[in-house]
Amino acid sequence: MEKSTERFPLAHVFGFVMSLVLTFVAAWVALEMNLSFTIVMWIIGTLAVIQAGLQLFMFMHMTEGEDGKVNIINIAFMVFCAIVIVVGSIWVLTSGHAAH
Amino acid sequence: MSANVNTSLPLEYQTEQSRMNILGFWIFLGAEIVLFATLFSVYGVLYKNYAGGPTHQDIFMMKEVMIQTVLLLTSSFTMGVAIWEMRRNNKKGLIGWFILTLLLGAGFLFMEINEFIHYVHEGATMQTSAFLSSLFVLLGTHGAHVTFGIFWATMVIIQIAKRGLTPVTARKTFIIGLYWHFLDVVWIFIFTFVYLKGMVL
Repeated sequence: MEKSTERFPLAHVFGFVMSLVLTFVAAWVALEMNLSFTIVMWIIGTLAVIQAGLQLFMFMHMTEGEDGKVNIINIAFMVFCAIVIVVGSIWVLTSGHAAH
Repeated sequence: MSANVNTSLPLEYQTEQSRMNILGFWIFLGAEIVLFATLFSVYGVLYKNYAGGPTHQDIFMMKEVMIQTVLLLTSSFTMGVAIWEMRRNNKKGLIGWFILTLLLGAGFLFMEINEFIHYVHEGATMQTSAFLSSLFVLLGTHGAHVTFGIFWATMVIIQIAKRGLTPVTARKTFIIGLYWHFLDVVWIFIFTFVYLKGMVL
């Protein structure tokens, strides 16, 4: 965290270009390549996580300030909760009575 | 408010109050992650329940979705540049990039509303199937956040124009910046796990 003195927002332009590249690569993998559903989902899921991280660290400055560590612990815990909710719900509700 | 002022920090972090507000907003964003997680999980459970209605491939328009995605990604970038200008103490630059951000956000919203109208014309309404109910709730909640963000940001812009860059207006600008980037993060997951996933099914 510093008062910016540079003339050009280089980190932001880099983050923007990266996010566009990741978006179009994901679209290309999903729409143009004939891969199996599972492989496509793993690739584009990974790309989405990378892009989300890019936003959090490069645009939102998640780690800066005296509360940077608290921010990371908070967001990491909430992401854990989100994964439990999403994966847990899908697991329970598609392999339980619905499957039998 | 005047206690604990540290002028070596960027304007939005200078007071204890501002630092607490920013931390508090991060905790709110944590709760928002969980809110969207519940909607994603509903969609993830119900996304194949077409009930005889239209499927993903019947209604999704990928060209329009790509344009929406680029609009929102660009608006996240311009928001980042706005905050960068704020840290250079450039009020005009801040307001300019901020307004551009909102125009891009409004463009996104316009396209999303058109998309919904198109779906309804195709016979894909919220009542048609569980797939469409969960789709509209997920997309609609995100769109409602964008709408709210545009109104909120407009008021912050008016306040910057009237009062200039102070520790208070800088903190408010920084916080709406966090909110705006967060909406882009949610959209990345919608783009991937709703649209792209729907097209490869």
